[in-house]
Amino acid sequence: MSARAITALIGGTVFGAGLALGGMTDPARVRGFLDLFGDWDPTLAFVMGGALIVMAIAWRIVPGMARPLFEDGFHVPTRSDLDVKLIGGAALFGIGWGVAGLCPGPGFAALAIAPADAAIFVAAMMAGMLLVRFTERKS
Amino acid sequence: MTLLAFTLPGFPDAAPLAGFAGGALIGIAAAIMLLGLGRIAGVSGIAAKAAGLGGSGMDRMSAWAFVIGLPLGALIIALASGGLEPSFAGPIPLIIAGLLVGVGTRIGSGCTSGHGVCGMSRLSVRSIVATLTFMATGIATVAIMNTTGLEVLS
Repeated sequence: MSARAITALIGGTVFGAGLALGGMTDPARVRGFLDLFGDWDPTLAFVMGGALIVMAIAWRIVPGMARPLFEDGFHVPTRSDLDVKLIGGAALFGIGWGVAGLCPGPGFAALAIAPADAAIFVAAMMAGMLLVRFTERKS
Repeated sequence: MTLLAFTLPGFPDAAPLAGFAGGALIGIAAAIMLLGLGRIAGVSGIAAKAAGLGGSGMDRMSAWAFVIGLPLGALIIALASGGLEPSFAGPIPLIIAGLLVGVGTRIGSGCTSGHGVCGMSRLSVRSIVATLTFMATGIATVAIMNTTGLEVLS
């Protein structure tokens, strides 16, 4: 395995551990956060807060680095325009997130906790991604 | 884990310390990806890359390694905490949700990790708008389902 792949494996593992520790692999917790007008569970806000603080520091380290440790350069999104795709896509994603209380990260992480349930979600999600790939290829 | 069992006044079910610690780990993971590979740790984009469906610009081997790491990390926490027993929705809502999440994250260029964590922490306007949008539709979806008595979690 390359240094890049090993780094990504460590990154994914720490990410998955964080999701599980923060309760994000429990759909009830995620839907509890989205249940703002009912029995609201603020836990997800603390998860988001913890992640944002660490990443805000990481972004401040980037300008002082000539390049990432195992890559030739930084490849981060540069667009700043708002378009229908961004907002429409995010809106659809949010509906799906609300229906089952799962987003992509917890979907994969939950494969280790409730494999049968998580596999159905992940398979449908990948099918959705395939659908978008097909329509984009045709247009 | 008992240290992390602290609760918030008024919210007996919330787990703020475990949530914050988990969030910090997610931030560290995203920082590893950014400072190590120079890439955004957006799970939807990395999963699409692993499956050969576009997405992240990282190499495919690394994309697979990251995706495989997600359940590995969750497994470590599940074993350390003596097992997690969350309740999931049934097959039909899981399929509907999965399709919407897959389609939406590809069209909208990201999910909770890419837009919510990585983009918002660098104050990307697109990510802030995307995050506010999926939070709003997520909140509306749960509110509508609860109002109409649609229970999905057993």
